[in-house]
Amino acid sequence: MNTESLGSIFLNAALVNNFVLAYFLGICPFLGVSGKMETATKMGGAVMFVMLISSMSAYGIHAFLVRIDAPFLQLISYIVVIASTVQLVEMFIKKISPVLFKSLGIFLPLITTNCAILGVALFQTNKGYGFLESIVYSLGAGAGFMLALVLIAGIREQMNFAEVPNISKGTALTLFIAGILSLCFMGFAGLGA
Amino acid sequence: MSNDNSKSKQEVTSTDEFIKGLWRDNPVFVQVLGMCPVLAVSNTAENALAMGLATAFVLLMSNILVSLLRNFVPKQVRIASYILIIATFVTVTDYAIQAISVELHKSLGAFISLIVVNCLILSRAEAFASKNTIGKSILDALGMGLGFTLALFCLGAVREILGNGSIFNIPIFSDGYQSWIVMILPAGGFFTLALWLLIINAIQTRKVKS
Repeated sequence: MNTESLGSIFLNAALVNNFVLAYFLGICPFLGVSGKMETATKMGGAVMFVMLISSMSAYGIHAFLVRIDAPFLQLISYIVVIASTVQLVEMFIKKISPVLFKSLGIFLPLITTNCAILGVALFQTNKGYGFLESIVYSLGAGAGFMLALVLIAGIREQMNFAEVPNISKGTALTLFIAGILSLCFMGFAGLGA
Repeated sequence: MSNDNSKSKQEVTSTDEFIKGLWRDNPVFVQVLGMCPVLAVSNTAENALAMGLATAFVLLMSNILVSLLRNFVPKQVRIASYILIIATFVTVTDYAIQAISVELHKSLGAFISLIVVNCLILSRAEAFASKNTIGKSILDALGMGLGFTLALFCLGAVREILGNGSIFNIPIFSDGYQSWIVMILPAGGFFTLALWLLIINAIQTRKVKS
């Protein structure tokens, strides 16, 4: 069992070991939907929600699998839970806001294959977090994901007006920005344990 | 004669199925798929190679199975079934790597399990294996898998040489070499990939011009 305080778990997940910029999880939506600020915020929200639900379910599943002594089913059951949560969110968004549904496009079902979400579930199991700690951890990870997404979306919106060499347009430029952001986030390293 | 002709045509297309993954549709450099493991475990050439091969193995096995089952799986639940197939093979790979080398398993960490959510594998299952015969799917998987491994290796080698002054843990510079720590850190992953993309873009545009 570990003795980290809840606050430090949150800070650790959100800033020090930011899921996108330090662990490289969830890079696909990070590169894909970070073109516009508005979509980025909403995507961040959706991911955060799915993360929270799947993290809570993962805690339960893990406890159950330990009891029946079948750890090899871990991965399969996690991914099934995540896929169903995403399905739920998709139906919900489609009903509430068809416009948002359209703007998220293919990246909404792709939340299933967002490594950040499975990553949270796996890491919390590896670290042996309890129920409350798992929730805080997933909230921190979600907040960190959203922060990274919003930051890069803001920069990319400004970059639309900059003149860059033709060959660096698109993904290469976004990656350079991400690299610089990642350097900045290293500055948080002193915060956590 | 016509038989012969069709056969040679068939051969051309099958080699093409194989080659396209290596260069024209390279999963990392051109399609920009499966970025997370590419950036995360490419800090040394050895890790990169192991990760690439593990992914290629899962890709091959799941492509074979998806292609075999393509007429049985109902359309509505296809994605879920693909993910289940992939997750099964990833679990197998995870345990296999643990059996082969505990050290390697440690350094790759959770990223072996995360092969499940590698968009490359799912996209090949959905876009190719579910519509093509098993032979073609195998070639496609081999090509894409090798292309992925190659790209990972390119990144891993650059990062290890610059960041550590060595390749496959063998030092290649003299003792005076000041290593670029940043290349081993996460930021270096982004920079290296961005540089490779720049190089490839430059080559492509030059080709189009001439």
